[in-house]
Amino acid sequence: MYASIKSFASSFFVTGDPLIYGADVSIGLTSIAILFVLFYFKKWGWLWREWLTTVDHKKIGMMYLIASLLMLFRGGVDALLMRAQLAMPNVHFLQAEHYNEVFTTHGTIMILFMAMPMMFGLFNMVVPLQIGARDVAYPYLNAVSFWLFFFGAMLFNISFVIGGSPDAGWLSYPPLSEMSGSPGVGQNFYIWGIQISGIGSLATGINFIVTILKMRAPGMKLMKMPMFTWSVFSSSIIIIFAFPILTVTLALLFIDRFLGGHLFTMDGGGNPMMYVNLIWMWGHPEVYIVVLPAFGIFSEIVATFSRKRIFGYKSMVFALMSISILSFFTWVHHFFTMGAGADVNVFFAIATMAIGIPTGAKVFNWLFTMFRGRIRLEQPMLWTLAFIPCFVVGGATGVMLAVAPADYQYHNSYFLIAHFHQVLIGGVVFGYLAGIYYWWPKLFGFKLNDRLGKWAFWLWNIGFYVCFMPQYALGFMGMTRRVYTYGWDMGWGPLNLVSTIGAFLMGIGFVFQVWQILYSVKYGERDTTGDPWDGRTLEWSIPSPPPMYNFAVVPHAGERDSFWEEKERRNFAPAPPVPVAQLESIHMPKNSGVPFVFSACWFVAGFGFVFGWLWMAILGMVGVGVTLLIRSFQYDTDYYVPVEEVRETEVAAGRAV
Amino acid sequence: MQHAIGHGHSQGADSHSHDHGHHDQESMKVLGFWIFLVTDCLLFGTLFATYVVLKAHTDGGPTGKELFEIPGFVAETFILLTSSFTSGLAVLAMNKKKVGQLIGWLIVTVLLGASFVGLEINEFVNMVHEGATISTSAFLTAFFVLVGTHGLHVSVGLVWMIALMIQLKMRGVTPVTKRKITVISLYWHFLDVVWIFLFTIVYLMGVM
Amino acid sequence: MKRSSKLRGLMLLITGLVSTVLLSGCDGKFVVFDPQGPVAETQYRLIILSAILCAIVVIPVLAITVFIVIRYRDKPGNTAPYKPHWDDSKVLEVLWWGIPVIIIGILGAYTARDTYGLAKKPPVTDVKPIKIQVTSLDWKWLFQYPDQNIATVNYVHIPAGVQVDFELTSDAPMNSFWIPQLGGQEYTMPGMAMSLWLQADRPGEYYGTGANFSGKDFAHMRFNVVAESQEDFNKWVQTVKGSNNELTKAGYETLSKPGQSEEQTFSSYPSDLFDSVVIKNGGHHMDMDMDMDTEKDSDKADSNSDSDNTSKSDNNSTHDMQGMDEMSDTDMSNTNSSEMNHNHQ
Repeated sequence: MYASIKSFASSFFVTGDPLIYGADVSIGLTSIAILFVLFYFKKWGWLWREWLTTVDHKKIGMMYLIASLLMLFRGGVDALLMRAQLAMPNVHFLQAEHYNEVFTTHGTIMILFMAMPMMFGLFNMVVPLQIGARDVAYPYLNAVSFWLFFFGAMLFNISFVIGGSPDAGWLSYPPLSEMSGSPGVGQNFYIWGIQISGIGSLATGINFIVTILKMRAPGMKLMKMPMFTWSVFSSSIIIIFAFPILTVTLALLFIDRFLGGHLFTMDGGGNPMMYVNLIWMWGHPEVYIVVLPAFGIFSEIVATFSRKRIFGYKSMVFALMSISILSFFTWVHHFFTMGAGADVNVFFAIATMAIGIPTGAKVFNWLFTMFRGRIRLEQPMLWTLAFIPCFVVGGATGVMLAVAPADYQYHNSYFLIAHFHQVLIGGVVFGYLAGIYYWWPKLFGFKLNDRLGKWAFWLWNIGFYVCFMPQYALGFMGMTRRVYTYGWDMGWGPLNLVSTIGAFLMGIGFVFQVWQILYSVKYGERDTTGDPWDGRTLEWSIPSPPPMYNFAVVPHAGERDSFWEEKERRNFAPAPPVPVAQLESIHMPKNSGVPFVFSACWFVAGFGFVFGWLWMAILGMVGVGVTLLIRSFQYDTDYYVPVEEVRETEVAAGRAV
Repeated sequence: MQHAIGHGHSQGADSHSHDHGHHDQESMKVLGFWIFLVTDCLLFGTLFATYVVLKAHTDGGPTGKELFEIPGFVAETFILLTSSFTSGLAVLAMNKKKVGQLIGWLIVTVLLGASFVGLEINEFVNMVHEGATISTSAFLTAFFVLVGTHGLHVSVGLVWMIALMIQLKMRGVTPVTKRKITVISLYWHFLDVVWIFLFTIVYLMGVM
Repeated sequence: MKRSSKLRGLMLLITGLVSTVLLSGCDGKFVVFDPQGPVAETQYRLIILSAILCAIVVIPVLAITVFIVIRYRDKPGNTAPYKPHWDDSKVLEVLWWGIPVIIIGILGAYTARDTYGLAKKPPVTDVKPIKIQVTSLDWKWLFQYPDQNIATVNYVHIPAGVQVDFELTSDAPMNSFWIPQLGGQEYTMPGMAMSLWLQADRPGEYYGTGANFSGKDFAHMRFNVVAESQEDFNKWVQTVKGSNNELTKAGYETLSKPGQSEEQTFSSYPSDLFDSVVIKNGGHHMDMDMDMDTEKDSDKADSNSDSDNTSKSDNNSTHDMQGMDEMSDTDMSNTNSSEMNHNHQ
């Protein structure tokens, strides 16, 4: 009995590595600390009522943001572990297996559990405010999406201490990711972690399409929408076309692993190359899913901090939409070297380069928004200005990679690594950080400290170039990605050392940001006006943080930058308060605990599938079904905020008399 | 922007016009469902493509021609097509506010759907007995996954439809239940369309 | 003023870093910039061309960015024009949509030319090409010389100045075969026999590596490429043949087990080894799809047409995939056309 428990535990828990034990201890201590705080301050009820059951898009957005920052930490630690291992030739800091796990989880977490939730966080925090809506189209579904993401991410992350992490790369190509190549449970964690959160992402895509189509304030025609809303719309369209492919692909891989199927296996007639095609048919659009909203953020910030209208609005919208269409015709450029034939390669090479055209046009439009403007170098603008050179160079190396015959030399080399980190960090991370700095005061009611922010900014930026410029050179020196070690013979040592130094600089930059947030919670400059940046769009017309119902009176938005135009018309005098008599009771959705329980059931089912414990998987799936039915039988799902409450809130905020 | 005062807190969100920006909530939900169907379409599209790529990869195992039994899948087709028709009749009854008739047609639809699922399970069981399992060859994996996914959709639809019948019984035809019935009948027709593709690509082209 | 000098400082820092990186790299070998054969040469030229074309856009953009940020800063006494409502210009739009179109047009034309150029069989010369079959294993490389009937592990000898027809497959998870100084990489995939031709113009030793992650000891999948004169190569073949160390089927089974390997040399190997590995991993499906003859003799013309078929079939399957992001009915039409293609073959 004891022996069988012992053998179970030794395969169930990851053992044998001091790093893992360290993680075990810190996870344990953190959990105990959280539980202690919750019990000691009797915060359980508060946690449940205010957060776990909330359907408020602002709170959901904040939870996405916090979760994504945690994941940025986890993925960042992975990155630093890798860079430490590669700092010098023949380092024995990590074993091959451990290194393979680390780069797999780094990639997966950064794209799916960092970039995606940070993006959804911004969607949630900003879009309804920007279009003058009181919530998203389906607030309940929105909560479902968040909790699915959350439990999917948890499922993926516990593989670090239970069962073992996936180690076949962030897209886990078969046959390496099949049972023949990866017999452990790590790949199952990969599949179910992504699958569960992926369903949530798909739902978010649907939610925001309908929100943007149906919930806009009166007068706001499509061509009067703010650029960020446009970018969310185009990104959501890509989501609904790309994510079903991911769902199917992962399901098929799981069927191979769990039921002994032969879709992607080497034997039985399977075709591993089909997986590579399918996963990139999702994977390539996915990059545009995360980068388009960043473009939208830059458009808002550039206009605000140049005190000027966005230049070439129509051309910007056209560029966004054409990128979202083109993004579906480039996936083969991830495997030109598969030998699909010259016709195919030429088609996809040119389609890929063609994406550079609308992207380039957007850069020029941003530049000419600043041209003849008045540029204020506040934190959001700093990140935007850092983005432009970084992304332009990254885009140029992208065009170079699109040249199919030349790609035979870049493919799988550090040149490629440097390229996609340059567009993903320079484009997506800088963009989201800019967006967070920009909208933080709106959501939290205070600005993030400037001095600490500048430290973080310069550390991030210098660190970025120190880290990734050498990697372009390493690619030309023949260094391939995913090698856990290398010798002295190729002369890769010095540049790798430089690169590692850069990575740690970025790590220090992140520490500064955490410090910045904690510091600003207490000492940050409070925003009492609701409009700290002299903004242009509707979200700045309401108090910071916004009341639960956002807009006491639904605004009319008859022109682009309607809030700015209105300010101009009254010569930047403060807006007159609304007479209380004009206020009405407000129709809002009720909180619900079902999304949390529903997603937790998915977690249970996913965990059961990971270990092949059918009883647990079935239990979880039954839970999923029952919670769905419970929701179906709920008819009492909304309520009215009484007019007295609206009046009190508005008067307290100085918005009504 | 007319404003009706006096709704209680527990009032359901039916399609009254009391809202600012909350345009017709029920029609918005139907729009969302249409978009969901688009994604489901892509899901099936991917599965179809997989099946087509792997169709010839029988790895020495049985082929579709050897496995598919014409009477079986023709019967399945007729049953499902009929159920689609009866779900349409249910919607017509709903539009005439005849709850009894509506529930009646839904029952017929559920029974037809259940017999479809039953026939399909029977087909699968027979195939497994003949030694054609999901792990026999790439072709069979793709076959079971594609047809099974459709079957799973139908089964989920059955449970959902039963739940809706109970709700109809409890609440009658209200804007909310009306929207729910509209949505499930969309879903049911969609599954019917998918089946037509399955019938053509998998079965007809398989036995030819 | 302080801030803009910071920005200038950043630009200086970047330039400084880039040059340090390039200089410090000099003791290492920029293998991609050191083409030793016609394929690598073509790719090198494209790399330079694309870099120059990109620089034509990138450098002015960077310059304009710096100029605008300095000129239009919001500070007291800035006399630069301020036009908050100026938000559209047809001329400018045409300019910055047009210039990229032209650049992409040029680059696209060169890309197409070289893609087709490299996909074609190399120019026929009086020197008979040599054929080498490459199998990636966990975690080692097996090279078979069908004409010489010798095999090596983790190193390969080739005659300089002679076109080498590599035939690539894998008996393990997919990898990629890369000799940067001779030319770009190509995947080695289970159940497929891909063809890649390379040539070394001069004798020398070149770095070869696996480029696509394939599991635990992937980092150790390096191989040495020795290009030598035809006489030296022939001598080496004779020495190997004389070494009396056969690779048997059982020997191959042992070799293909996961693990690293030293350089090894075999004086002979079972003649159907390569084909049987391809067939075992699903190659017969390719054959069935294409109605391709399974028996292959070592005749060169025949094997060339085989590999052509392989790439064509890939072609088809990729077109099939294209339908996936459209509706299922499009899939169906694709299906039909691909079915017909298969039948034609």
